[in-house]
Amino acid sequence: MSVTVSMTVNGKPVTAEVEPRTLLVDFIRSQLRLTGTHVGCDTAQCGACTIHMNGAAVKCCNMLVMQAQGAKLVTIEGIAAADGKLHPMQEAFRDHHGLQCGFCTPGMVMSAIDLATRHSNLTEATIRAELDGNICRCTGYHNIVKAVQAGAQVMRS
Amino acid sequence: MGAMNLIGTAVKRKEDYRFLTGAGTYTDDVQLDRQTYAYFVRSPHAHATIKRINKDKALQAPGVLAVFTGEDLTAAKVAGLPCGWLITDVNGQPMKEPAHPPLAQGRVRYVGDHVAVVIAESYLQAKDAGELVEVDYAVLPAVVDVADARKKGAPVLHEVAPDNTCYVWALGDKAAVDKVFASAHHVTQLDFVNNRLIPNAVEPRAALASYNRAEDSYTLYVASQNPHVERLLMTAFVLGLPEHKVRVVAPDVGGGFGSKIYLYAEDVVVTWASKQINRPVKWTAERSESFLSDAHGRDHLTHAELALDQDGKFLAMRVQTTASMGAYLSTFASCIPTILYATLLAGQYTTPLIHCEVTAVFTNTAPVDAYRGAGRPEATYVVERLVETAAREIKLDPAEIRRRNFIREFPYQTPVALLYDTGNYEATLGEAVKLADVAGFSARRQEAAARGKLRGLGYAAYIEACGIAPSNVAGSLGARAGLFEAGEVRVHPTGKVTVFTGSHSHGQGHETTFAQVVASRLGIGLDDVDIVHGDTDRVLFGMGTYGSRSIAVGGTAIVKALDKVIAKGKKIAAHLMEAADADVEFTDGVFKVAGTDKQVPFAQVALSAYVPHNYPLDRLEPGLNENAFYDPTNFTFPAGTYVCEVEVDPDTGETQIVSFTAVDDFGKIINPMIVAGQVHGGLTQGIGQALLENCRYDRQSGQLLTGSLLDYCMPRADNVPSFKLETKETPCTHNPLGVKGCGEAGAIGAPAAVMNALTDALGVRDLEMPATAERVWRALEQAKMRKAA
Amino acid sequence: MYQFNYHKASSVADAAALLARNPEAKLLAGGQTLIGAMKLRLAAPSDLVDLGAIAELRGIRADGGTLTIGAMTRHAEVAGSKDLAQTIPALAALAASIGDRMVRNMGTLGGSLANNDPAADYPAGVLGLAATVNTNKRKIAADQFFKGMYETALEPGEIITSIGFPVPKRAAYAKFKNPASRYAIVGVFVSEGQSGVRVAVTGAGPCAFRVAEMEKALAAKFSPDAVVGIRVSADGLNSDLHASSEYRAHLVTVMAKRAVQAALGK
Repeated sequence: MSVTVSMTVNGKPVTAEVEPRTLLVDFIRSQLRLTGTHVGCDTAQCGACTIHMNGAAVKCCNMLVMQAQGAKLVTIEGIAAADGKLHPMQEAFRDHHGLQCGFCTPGMVMSAIDLATRHSNLTEATIRAELDGNICRCTGYHNIVKAVQAGAQVMRS
Repeated sequence: MGAMNLIGTAVKRKEDYRFLTGAGTYTDDVQLDRQTYAYFVRSPHAHATIKRINKDKALQAPGVLAVFTGEDLTAAKVAGLPCGWLITDVNGQPMKEPAHPPLAQGRVRYVGDHVAVVIAESYLQAKDAGELVEVDYAVLPAVVDVADARKKGAPVLHEVAPDNTCYVWALGDKAAVDKVFASAHHVTQLDFVNNRLIPNAVEPRAALASYNRAEDSYTLYVASQNPHVERLLMTAFVLGLPEHKVRVVAPDVGGGFGSKIYLYAEDVVVTWASKQINRPVKWTAERSESFLSDAHGRDHLTHAELALDQDGKFLAMRVQTTASMGAYLSTFASCIPTILYATLLAGQYTTPLIHCEVTAVFTNTAPVDAYRGAGRPEATYVVERLVETAAREIKLDPAEIRRRNFIREFPYQTPVALLYDTGNYEATLGEAVKLADVAGFSARRQEAAARGKLRGLGYAAYIEACGIAPSNVAGSLGARAGLFEAGEVRVHPTGKVTVFTGSHSHGQGHETTFAQVVASRLGIGLDDVDIVHGDTDRVLFGMGTYGSRSIAVGGTAIVKALDKVIAKGKKIAAHLMEAADADVEFTDGVFKVAGTDKQVPFAQVALSAYVPHNYPLDRLEPGLNENAFYDPTNFTFPAGTYVCEVEVDPDTGETQIVSFTAVDDFGKIINPMIVAGQVHGGLTQGIGQALLENCRYDRQSGQLLTGSLLDYCMPRADNVPSFKLETKETPCTHNPLGVKGCGEAGAIGAPAAVMNALTDALGVRDLEMPATAERVWRALEQAKMRKAA
Repeated sequence: MYQFNYHKASSVADAAALLARNPEAKLLAGGQTLIGAMKLRLAAPSDLVDLGAIAELRGIRADGGTLTIGAMTRHAEVAGSKDLAQTIPALAALAASIGDRMVRNMGTLGGSLANNDPAADYPAGVLGLAATVNTNKRKIAADQFFKGMYETALEPGEIITSIGFPVPKRAAYAKFKNPASRYAIVGVFVSEGQSGVRVAVTGAGPCAFRVAEMEKALAAKFSPDAVVGIRVSADGLNSDLHASSEYRAHLVTVMAKRAVQAALGK
């Protein structure tokens, strides 16, 4: 049995026939071919699959595509400007060397943008506590914390 | 872009744009036409014989294209996975090398061992059908603990190793060491468990193979740290394919930490299967499969002793280690607890006599191999925990005991085979003491006590041998491969440059660091250079990235090729300027005739090489394209001192790292930003080992108990502090860049520093890693009881 | 994940009818536990009835001394609720300690309670506040709701619609997190309100439970000192890779003390 699902992804409407058991992340990666959203675990711990759904960060590996019916999604591919100019948070990650292998990075950036939107004053402790849904094995978080702090500041100004 | 020396500059990474915008291409992102999906049926038992496999039902399931088992591989003459390092045991016998079949041959030896592969139109179909493969197992008793492997009556994994022993190996003069211990003023002894770790690169392993019938050739995309080695091992030893007909691409790779060095069963099976079904076959690990089947790290059991005289001088060290190999020998398993471990036991000290005996055992667990640091974290843990404990026992300041024993003259020949070329251990220790404000510690401890917290401080002064390795030395020690590196510099007619390196970047930032070297040497802009890696069709050859070798070995190969480019450029320039070759100098991107104002820029020379109208064709070939293979003459020896400060909540036993200072000597540094990032990451993995991470198997059933991120504790942002870093520089003496390597230092030094701090905070002699809150709480309870008694 | 049939319920009655028609069906709330279990093939419902579109199941209302939270209200909404911040900040703090931000944006109060994971946080809050679980069939007092590990008083076809939380005089939740999963190894919710002092513990046992001895001591004197000497028995407590039953028993006392301190604003 297949079902029909429609949503808006990075500003573009999409409609597709899917198996009900299709995970949102598989839909995004395999059907929409937006491969910037990654899968790093199968227990919703690592956060590499973080996207924004209706303005809120979610782990799309832990959702059925049907749960996004009618939703507005933004993936990492939808963050930079149309001309390719990086979003301030992406820029901050580059400036502060907040990424190494790049695999957790899309999820980390999506989480960081969400974090910066919700807090007006981000301390190191808050950033560390609120990044608990994203695992990075490369950076030791040191530079990610700096990047989030700097990116948030630019986003506010 | 003008000519500029970029060495030592924190330039932003060239690779970041694609990663930040989701445009990286990892293996699972590659999608080929008519692609199929593989699902591996894995053993649910730690040890069993397979009586029968029935694949009929699976073959009839929707979408299924094929099901293969070990029988099919045998019929196709597919061989076992090879081990790349032969260790010779104390009796002169070669280590025991049991067969390591890619798919089980009648027996499974760990939970997750590969039994069959199902290939279908979709991954879910393959997985659905995987459950229909009927495997009739006769379960056998299992042994999982290192300590149990050699016990009488222990279940035997392999007939070739009836006592589950792969080898007993030793280094050093035992008689001389024993003699010193017999009469030593003081002996410090400790027993260590070096806890088993699961690497957990965030990108799970993946492989996508395709076969081209028209050309009888294969392409394998694989998350690998060394595509050429993968190809060599696979073609020459396992599949018997012509090497030139196999292309291995390791595209963007999401972290490795050792776990993606090896040739794995899945890589071999999908490559072979792609020809059988004549369609591309993709396999991407689920995280739970990574837990079961990635090569694990560490897993040592050690008894160690240090003999000292009345002044705290180290007289001798005696170490006995039992190390797990897991169920089979992974690609480099055998050299980790030997060549990369015992040779590091001198540390930064003049200990004149050292003896180490290592027993490698088979257990019903996933194979164990190199994981960030690989042998060196285990060695550093032994040395630095012994040294700190000895200082406490003889009531010497822990910095002072180290100072009294530091090696101060170089080159220095250790009693465990290595020749340290250079170093300045006093400098890194001194800086660490200052940066960590050790002087203010007792006040901080008092202040913490007033808040009900226990504060402790600990050191670790580590050394590592990196830049592996001189091939002839490695060969004499049992390596079955060379350990050089290759590089090619292709100068285009416009003077732009593409460099091909056999090193592989999976987070290290080679596309930037190597470009800095090239741009600086050629005096061109950073944007005028691209670094290409990870493709056997594009890169001439490569041994890959591990053992902190990339800049020291891979970087040097590039420098050697650059030297050739410049030498040829000088000849071309001499012709253009009508000067003698010997009079031409090359600086800042310009060829000049010494003592004159004649000059031609690099780009003009490049153009002449490709448009050779005014060119010395009688003595020079056109073109400007050079390659080089570099085989190092020695290891490099990064070293440093780490100081960790912890605070323990005695109510719960929770430990917080309140301060961590790392002062490293990596020799010359090309990009300090990238180097700091490497240290941060290494430290966090080391802290993870000390406080959080522990791979556990059930002792009876052999089931993996920590089989997901819900149970295996990965460090998160709130587990670590911001780090205080500094570097000191004694350039490596035997490579032209003066570089030593920095990728593993943090993971090598951190565990001992953390545990030294924690035992200091608790006032206990020893504590097992990982020092979980409960372990700490129990240690405090026991201390209370001892006091009360 | 195995195959299943998907249904989007338009109302609670519709969901109930779908459940009645499909005996092997499961309700899908936020899915933060269920989807994971299905991915690992540990759960295999024939049908999923998605409650996500039922507006009546969402939202937070204050009426009189009770705060009613719809079953499909997300943890993040509870954590960020202004109503809760003024009435039961302890419950908002509890919600903010569940999982991580992304999980909280999907996970729901009703889903958590119906699943009754022994290490979930909400059961401690519901039990500790003497809340009432409202279903499409009846009202169930918290004391009667939690029956055992993953077991509740819910009958087949019964759907949680909302939870009524009486506003306490003071309350707090203290949690010792599993360092890997960030679930509660031990979480203690303490409140003082109309129904007296309540101390509810999650994570430590097969399901949330109250500690009568602590409640009595705190009723006599609401102070951290009142609980420091009280130790629950380790018998019957959970014991696993992450914590022995003995250690959990110890942590119950420590977390109870901290919860009382926090309730007192210390």
